[in-house]
Amino acid sequence: MNPLPVLVGKAVRVASRLRGGGSAFPGLVVERLDPGFMGRALSDLPHGVVVVSGTNGKTTTTKMVVELLEGQGLSVFTNRTGSNFTRGVAAALLGEVDWRGRLKADVAVLELDEAHAVHFVKLVPPRHSLLLNVLRDQLDRFGEIDATTRLLERIALATTGTVVLNREDPRVAGLASSVPATEVVYFGLDASLRSTFPNDDELRGAEGTAPASALPADVVLRSVDGNSAEFEVAGSTTRTDLRLRGVYNIFNAAAALAAARAVLGGTADTAKLFSSLAAVEPAFGRGESLVVDGQALELVLVKNPSGFRLGLKSFDPAGCATMIAINDNYADGRDMSWLWDVDFDSLGLGGVDVVSGVRAYDMALRLKYDDVRVGAVEPDITDALREFVRMSAGRPKRIFCTYTAMLAVRRELSKITKVEEVS
Amino acid sequence: MSDAPSASSLTEAPADPSKGSLRILQLYPREMNIYGDYGNVLVLKQRLAWRGYGAEILEHNAGDAFPKDVDIIVGGGGQDSGQVVIQDDLQAIAPRLRELAEDGTPMLLICGLYQLFGNVFRTHDGTVIPGIGVLDLETRGGTERLIGNVVARSDEFGEIHGYENHSGQTFLGSGLRPLATVVKGAGNNAEENHEGARHRNIVASYLHGSLLPKNPAIADFLLRTAAERRFGSFQDDGVDDSLAELARQHAGARPR
Ligand SMILES: [Zn+2]
Repeated sequence: MNPLPVLVGKAVRVASRLRGGGSAFPGLVVERLDPGFMGRALSDLPHGVVVVSGTNGKTTTTKMVVELLEGQGLSVFTNRTGSNFTRGVAAALLGEVDWRGRLKADVAVLELDEAHAVHFVKLVPPRHSLLLNVLRDQLDRFGEIDATTRLLERIALATTGTVVLNREDPRVAGLASSVPATEVVYFGLDASLRSTFPNDDELRGAEGTAPASALPADVVLRSVDGNSAEFEVAGSTTRTDLRLRGVYNIFNAAAALAAARAVLGGTADTAKLFSSLAAVEPAFGRGESLVVDGQALELVLVKNPSGFRLGLKSFDPAGCATMIAINDNYADGRDMSWLWDVDFDSLGLGGVDVVSGVRAYDMALRLKYDDVRVGAVEPDITDALREFVRMSAGRPKRIFCTYTAMLAVRRELSKITKVEEVS
Repeated sequence: MSDAPSASSLTEAPADPSKGSLRILQLYPREMNIYGDYGNVLVLKQRLAWRGYGAEILEHNAGDAFPKDVDIIVGGGGQDSGQVVIQDDLQAIAPRLRELAEDGTPMLLICGLYQLFGNVFRTHDGTVIPGIGVLDLETRGGTERLIGNVVARSDEFGEIHGYENHSGQTFLGSGLRPLATVVKGAGNNAEENHEGARHRNIVASYLHGSLLPKNPAIADFLLRTAAERRFGSFQDDGVDDSLAELARQHAGARPR
């Protein structure tokens, strides 16, 4: 084997870091010079590769799986920078491999966008996959929700060990029939919580259209009470406090527990899994909390109707100043239709202080049709944020934003408060 | 059960007792409701409420008895799988829909139901799905998906703003007028520069967005026509559409 591509890739990585450049470029270089690099680096890990995919919650869930496995004493490689495509994985690997291209880790846990995961699993068949959900997210990229399901099916088919599936999402649970040879494990919700997580078909059906699931689940989220939750794992129930906010993050915790258990097999220390889970901090933009003017400011990433609904439901608006920033850049999705599938009645009482982003007027119009009062509309996020902070002095604050709006908000906030850097 | 507003919860009595209510029927909200089709119903209801009228929102799902005395019909888009589910029911209620259409009932048909109100849908693998022939048009399944922001121009409604996402390409029969001429985007098909169809009091279009919020002229056409048919007149003091106007300007400036 020729070590040169790895060394060149490492050099490019250092150089592009110094320039403050993109995180994926070195991955491109090594992919070109040595197409087998990634497969080789990831092929000999004792616990193999875990792929986490689905339309929603990948980042937080991946972070949880990583921390659960680290808590069990494993050394874990992950694509922490949020480059959830193949080249990003290659770039992250470059920082970790030795000069011969070998990775020293027990297991790799990788967050992969649905479309890129299909490409990735051809190069590196995962031992385990965790498939979260198929929600209307980036339909303008994939056309149809059923097409997204087919992408996840390709991941399931490539998995050599356990496929961990969300039994509450009919499209994901349906994948079980495609993978007869591999072992399937489910995570799920207590019947009392199912209405909190409507799947896409139920968003508008008057009654839930999917039947309550009878599939046996390895991990079930039984109840949520503020920041405390009860999980049933292999038949016994544990209550734990969590730093994660928002019910959807807590359901992701059930997913992460099931995936970690699949990796660990019989060796899992359940008590330690729960102590690791209790310590997990929210990932970037997933309910993270900052401090501005001595008041908490919460950032809530919203990117599709069910996510926005859950965000509104998870965070009580009472006493809180609210801003919404909606962009329609490629990474956000260009179609604004989804705003009309979210019910904003819960904001009716306090109103929304500032609406911002490229599509601020679409959002303001949406709120008008739900009779929600809007204080100010300012498409420019810098100006809007300044206005919002001024108007909301002395009150806790919450900003709902799409992906690229979140990046802009964080950039502005970093000028006035401490914001964790995301490379 | 989801917390999505159900049809009955949207129903609102007239604020002005001297004005009545209009009955708005949403076709197949379970299967044919995607990319914000619900928004169209909400806009009709609210624009009635703001003028003192009431609205009764009805749903027709596969297997339901078709309701009487419908003033406006709204139909949306769906997954291919959803279109299969409604197919038989749609054929069963087709005579009633044809009768209402020819009688002048205002209808808004978006995307999937726009296609199925035509004569036929030929998928690209050769399957022939019969439509209900209310609109003289035919749709052919394409391999390329037409996706993105659309601006189109209509003499009747002015500039129309929306978002298209379809693989079916629709070709109008010689007697059927398009709704608008495309300025940006594809519209009915990749070959001709027109979008949607107009027939009697039917407005049919590929545009989501949702269509009605940013195109209040179309919403008010449907409402005025329905009110005049039911009450003889439409008492309209106007609605402040300045936010819609700004949303249109910003949408029009966005990339495809
Ligand atoms: Zn459509």
